[in-house]
Amino acid sequence: MSDNIDEESFAAFLDGMRRFVRERLVPAEQQVEEEDEVPDSIVMEMMNLGLFGIGIPPEYGGLGLTVAQEARLSIVLGEASAAFRFVFMPNVGLGSRSILISGTDAQKRAYLPRLATGALRACFCLTEPGSGSDAASLRTAARRDGDFYVINGSKRFISNAPRADIFVVMARTDAQSSSGAGISAIIVERGTPGLQVGPAEKKLGQRGAPIADVTFDDVRVPAENLIGGREGLGFSTAMKVLDAGRISVAASAVGMARRIIDEASRYAVQRTQFGQPIAKFQLIQAMLADSETEYLAGHALTLQAAETLSRGGDARNLAAAAKYFCSESVSRIADRAVQILGGAGYISGHPIERFYRDSRVLRIYEGTSQILQLVIARTMLKGFE
Amino acid sequence: MKILVPVKRVVDYNVKIRVRSDHSGVETNGVKMSMNPFDEIAVEAAIRLKEAGAAGEIIAVSAGPAAASETIRTALAMGADRGILVQSDAELQPLGVAKLLAALVRQESPDLVIMGKQAIDDDMNATGQMLAALLGWPQATFASAIAVAGPGIEVTREIDGGLETLSLPLPAVITTDLRLNEPRYASLPNIMKARKKTIDQLTPEALGVDVTPRLRTLRVEEPPRRQAGRIVGSVDELVAALRDEAKVI
Ligand SMILES: Cc1cc2nc3c(=O)[nH]c(=O)nc-3n(C[C@H](O)[C@H](O)[C@H](O)COP(=O)(O)OP(=O)(O)OC[C@H]3O[C@@H](n4cnc5c(N)ncnc54)[C@H](O)[C@@H]3O)c2cc1C
Repeated sequence: MSDNIDEESFAAFLDGMRRFVRERLVPAEQQVEEEDEVPDSIVMEMMNLGLFGIGIPPEYGGLGLTVAQEARLSIVLGEASAAFRFVFMPNVGLGSRSILISGTDAQKRAYLPRLATGALRACFCLTEPGSGSDAASLRTAARRDGDFYVINGSKRFISNAPRADIFVVMARTDAQSSSGAGISAIIVERGTPGLQVGPAEKKLGQRGAPIADVTFDDVRVPAENLIGGREGLGFSTAMKVLDAGRISVAASAVGMARRIIDEASRYAVQRTQFGQPIAKFQLIQAMLADSETEYLAGHALTLQAAETLSRGGDARNLAAAAKYFCSESVSRIADRAVQILGGAGYISGHPIERFYRDSRVLRIYEGTSQILQLVIARTMLKGFE
Repeated sequence: MKILVPVKRVVDYNVKIRVRSDHSGVETNGVKMSMNPFDEIAVEAAIRLKEAGAAGEIIAVSAGPAAASETIRTALAMGADRGILVQSDAELQPLGVAKLLAALVRQESPDLVIMGKQAIDDDMNATGQMLAALLGWPQATFASAIAVAGPGIEVTREIDGGLETLSLPLPAVITTDLRLNEPRYASLPNIMKARKKTIDQLTPEALGVDVTPRLRTLRVEEPPRRQAGRIVGSVDELVAALRDEAKVI
């Protein structure tokens, strides 16, 4: 990753992105909610802005942001509906990072430039019907057959699958092993016979960010699609990009919290009951103050995690704690906001009602809160054992 | 075709404006400043002409304090080729700015000047017209569409109750209205490239222009606070209130 983006340029870019959120994304939120799709015009603008390639180095046509810069951008973009981020995030996150970290030169040259522009759209296939938190127990199998791998199995809840061109699939290449060491990452292109994407799931929130099942029925892919060219790299690669992914979710939760608090504050100042704005009631103020405090704490923790990882430090615990705290606190913040709005916060069409639903899943993907608690405790306790 | 685009540094349109306590003007200290939105539309219009192959060079110019170079930088990041800053800390009024622009036009000989119809700070809506008059050039104000047509240019104008399309020979002055286009957001690579583009620095004196203000601001006031609404009991009561209290019917 590059450090050669000067702060002044980056600040000017973030400033433009704040306007992009305010002028383009926020006004389109309701349309996305109703149509369950981000309008093409916005996808085009995201391509022109280079958002598909924010984490990909400039030599492959990306912006080459550091993890810390990416977090600051995610906080800004997090203020709009999650659906917008999911347009490009799969290209930025695990999809491209696994190629970037472990891919061969040929794989990098073949895929990264098109992922960076958004010409190719990626999804990352890890979760299965039988393996979620216990990802290392996955059963999708890739059997070597001459110059090919033959993949069989099924994946569940795969973000972006309905519109992906390439599928980065975590599959077991070593049938003997039942641990992560037997898992490899393989690139499967859309249209390969035997690859099937199920219908987009109906879900609680985050409309416009489709997830679907992906099934593999004797899917034959050339052996050169094995990321890194060596078997068994898949799981360790996924572990390496985990921290950046968690920081990214934490950052989007921070942005979401900011937006929710602003919406609730605006409402509290305008809404009058008992002859005065409800913002004058200390019980309302207490809710706002709790939310603001949690937002500030999450913001600081997320930036600390991001800066640590950017400097090459060990951010495992910081990233887990940031994702855990920010996803849990944004749920509380959204819940308080519904309370502050009263009935209006429960009616479809109000952003608060939508954010209340959208925020919920942040505690589930990229490591559930419970799994993150385990990560944090395990690392902590190491020092005492 | 060479296009000159004047851009003005104004208080960001999203900032809640506060009047200085001595009523001499609007508080700008520590306030976020941005390019006048109508000027962004002008920059975008120029870039689209260039992308369509109709224009060669785009020069962004601004008159104002040293910080106005940031506004020029924004235009360069959007896609303008180079900038000129006429630096002055004096209060600049439309006629002074129009004279500065006329001097720059004589220096640069553009075929087209595209500029905002007004700036959102003082809403004068005068500089473009004054510039056209000083140069003796044709002008098309409030443009909602611009099309190159043969050796000239066709401009659709928003007028009361409809649209009017004019054909202008070049060189000409065009001022932009809100619906002409939606300006682009600068990409990070373009922002970084813009750092390397040149911004020439001039002064009103060097251009031989006297910018001494002709108008004096007596007092600036905040608009009256909006009164709370009220629910009326019947149509008759509404009509009576509109006639007797609001005096609008
Ligand atoms: C909207 C959405 C998008 C997603 N996108 C993707 C994607 O793009 N790619 C992908 O591969 N996956 C994706 N997922 C899947 C997601 O990563 C999993 O849902 C998540 O890892 C949890 O797995 P699970 O749903 O199987 O829950 P389970 O693992 O079955 O967990 C159920 C409950 O048990 C708890 N639990 C599990 N193990 C323990 C333990 N050891 N100790 C204590 N508690 C435990 C969990 O915390 C949870 O509360 C997505 C999911 C959603 C909802």
